[in-house]
Amino acid sequence: MVSLLSLYLGGGAELLFGSVKEHHVTLPNQSEPWDMKQLLVWIRGNMLKERPELFVQGDTVRPGILVLINDADWELMGELEYELQDKDNVVFISTLHGG
Amino acid sequence: MCQVDEEYNGQLEHRVTPRVSKKCVKCKENTAVLIIRAGDAFCRGCFKEYFIHKFRAMLGKNRVIFPGEKVLLAVSGGPASSSMLSQVQEGLSRDAPKKLRFVPGIIYIDEGGASGQSMEERERAVAQLESVFRATNYHYHIVHLEQVLSLPSSVLDAGSSATEKPQTGSSYKAAVDQFIQTKKNQHPDLSVENAQSHLSSLSMHEVENGVTSPITPEHTQALQKLFASVRTLTAKEDLLHTLRQHLILHTARTQGYTKVMMGDSCSRLAIKLLSNISLGRGASLATDTGFSDPRYGDVVIVRPMRDYSSKEIAYYNRMFDIPSVFIPGLDTKAQDKASIQHLTESFVTKLQTDFPSTVSTIYRTSEKLHTACPPQNTNTQPFAKCLLCVCALDTKLGESHCQCTKTASHHRNVLYSLNKSTCNFILKLVFLFPNHINISTYPSLLLCYSCRLTIKDMVSERTSITSHYS
Repeated sequence: MVSLLSLYLGGGAELLFGSVKEHHVTLPNQSEPWDMKQLLVWIRGNMLKERPELFVQGDTVRPGILVLINDADWELMGELEYELQDKDNVVFISTLHGG
Repeated sequence: MCQVDEEYNGQLEHRVTPRVSKKCVKCKENTAVLIIRAGDAFCRGCFKEYFIHKFRAMLGKNRVIFPGEKVLLAVSGGPASSSMLSQVQEGLSRDAPKKLRFVPGIIYIDEGGASGQSMEERERAVAQLESVFRATNYHYHIVHLEQVLSLPSSVLDAGSSATEKPQTGSSYKAAVDQFIQTKKNQHPDLSVENAQSHLSSLSMHEVENGVTSPITPEHTQALQKLFASVRTLTAKEDLLHTLRQHLILHTARTQGYTKVMMGDSCSRLAIKLLSNISLGRGASLATDTGFSDPRYGDVVIVRPMRDYSSKEIAYYNRMFDIPSVFIPGLDTKAQDKASIQHLTESFVTKLQTDFPSTVSTIYRTSEKLHTACPPQNTNTQPFAKCLLCVCALDTKLGESHCQCTKTASHHRNVLYSLNKSTCNFILKLVFLFPNHINISTYPSLLLCYSCRLTIKDMVSERTSITSHYS
C-alpha cells in the first residue's frame, strides 16, 4: 500500500538533507507494510544528501537522534519494528548540538 | 547447579518491550508519549508539569537568585538555552503561589566570525533570534565575538571607555576596579546584596535593546586569523569557550547583572565533565559543572538546566513549540575524532543508548565534587588565578603562594614555551580585566595547565593582533 508520510527534521539534522526541514514523501508500493527499518534504508538511499554516517548507523539511527512517531517516542511504538501507517508523521531531532 | 553440562529447563526471561497502550506512570490514566530515564513513561500533561516543576525546584533548592536581582540569560539559540528562556518566562509570568522574582536580560553572542559563517548567514540568524527575544519583552544584548578583541578601544553603550592603562580609565572603570579590589580583600563569601547595592550606586546608562557597536570586516578578519593560528580543533573550541565567557562576563559587569544563567543540560555537562578531565581541567571540575560557579566573584554563573537530559529538552521544545534556531558551530559535521570534546560527546551518547543511566550516573558523580580550597595566607591577596579561565591555579610556581614576590624573569622561565608576541596577546586579554592582575606592577602571566596547552597550540607566526601590540 502506498504510504504518504510527512517527515520533519530538527536540531541540525536538516543540514544533511539540504537544510530542508519538512518533507512529504510517498513510499513506493510493496507487498509487506513498511517498517521503520526499511524506512531508514530508504531515507539513506533517497534523501540523504551527504554524510550518511551522521544520520544512520548500521540498522538504526545514530545515537543522539530522537525519533518521534506521531508525536510519541518511538521506544513506545516498538522502535524499528513499528509498522508505518498511511499519513504518519515522523520526526527526527538531533540532540547532539547543545544549547 | 552451575555445572558444565547443566540443562536449563526453565523459561528464559524475555525483555518486556513497551507497547503503544502503555500508561503514564504518574497519572496512570493517559497514554504515555515519552520515556524518560530508564523506563518512566509520561503522558503529555504530566511531562509538562514535571518539566516546569524541575526548573523551579532547581532554583528553589539552590537559593542563589535573590528577588529583584538582575539575571543575564545566556542564549545561544540552541534547544537547551531556548528552553531555559521559555521556562524563565513561564516562571516569571505565573500568578502561581511562588512566582519567580528577578529581572531578566538576554545575551546572545554571535560566533559566526569564528566558525566561518558568512555575514548574510549571521545576520539571518541574528534576525531570527531578535524576533524571538522581542516576543519576550526582556532587555536583550546582541554581542559579536569580534568585540572581545576590540573591547579596550571601543566605546560601549554603558559609557565605560576602556584604555590600555587601566588606571587612567574613566571613573566608572576605576570605580569597578576599586570595588573588585575591596571585594577581594574581604571574606571570600561575597554577599550578593552588597554587590548589588554597590553596582546600583554607580552611575550606569540604561541600555536600550539592540546591538552594540557594529563590527567591520577587519574585525572579523582579525578574529579569523586568531582562530586560524590555533592548530587543533580541541584548542579552538577551548579558546572559543573562554572568549565567550569573557564577553558574557564583561557584558554582565557593565550592564549591572550579578547572575548569569547558562543553558547547560545534564547530557552536555556529563560530556563537559569527561572532556575537561581529558583537557587537564580536573582541578576546576566542581566549578565547571556545578550548579553555581563563583569564580568571577561579583558575577555568579548558575546552571538551572543541569537536571534535564537532551532528550527531555528536545521533546519539550517540539511538543510545546519553543522556538530555537540552529546555528552551526565549530564542530558541526566534524569527524568523530576531530577534537577531544567531540570524541567524548560521541562516546557518551553511544554509551547512553545501550545504558540509559550513563548520563545520570556521571551527573550524580559531578554533584559529589567539591572545590578544595588551597590554603591561603591571610596576608596574600588571592591573585593565584588563571588568566584565561579564572579558575584557581593548579600549577605550582614555587614554594610560596604569594606571587607578587616573584620576579618577572622567574615567571618568564616558567612560561618558556610562550614567545613574546603570544605573551602580548595574553597581556591584551588581561587589559580587558584589569581587576584580576594589576599589569603595571605585576608583569607576569599565570595560566593553568589546560590554558597553557591551549596557548601553546598557537603557531609561532604572528597574527595581526599580536603584532599590533608587540
